[in-house]
Amino acid sequence: MTATAIEATEFPDLTREFQVSGVPKTVVNKTVEILGAQPEHEYLSHILEAVTEAPSE
Amino acid sequence: MDREAGDRRQEANIEARLASLSNPVRLIFFTQTFGCDSCLMARQVVNQVAALSGLVSVEEVNLVLDKDRAGEFGVDRAPAVAVVGGKDLGIRYYGVPSGHELASLVDAVLLAGSGELGLTAATLDRLAALDQAVDIKVFVTPT
Repeated sequence: MTATAIEATEFPDLTREFQVSGVPKTVVNKTVEILGAQPEHEYLSHILEAVTEAPSE
Repeated sequence: MDREAGDRRQEANIEARLASLSNPVRLIFFTQTFGCDSCLMARQVVNQVAALSGLVSVEEVNLVLDKDRAGEFGVDRAPAVAVVGGKDLGIRYYGVPSGHELASLVDAVLLAGSGELGLTAATLDRLAALDQAVDIKVFVTPT
């Protein structure tokens, strides 16, 4: 598992690719998005959702 | 408060936080010579953090000249930092970790050093059961 914090203004290509219009925005396996800061169980459920949605990732 | 006094206070604060570190942490800094306006500033921040603890060291990797090494860490952009303690937990930062993000970098150093993730046992159990790679990107701004 890797977790990368990305400074949004420095990488406009990534900001565009993942349609970042506000921060913090979290993207798991390029598919599942989490907006804002959320409690731990929300991150967990989104991670689990991402691995079931995109088994090829 | 003038800027210099503010900087000194911030350094003293980081130094105090890093004093709790009991294991070495490497900041692997990815840079490139051309086309990277913010690499110099990022390097300064990384060096500044390392200077505040004897347990934090910096290793520089040139993204262009040392592609293999960058690939080992899954890094394809500069400036970037991999925060690596006893083992690589996969913590990366892309960009200049300034302002508010400096505190996040220090958090990452403490986490990598202690290996304590601060997650509940239930979460750790669910994550340990995963058999696929997970890539998490968190977009942030420094303020």
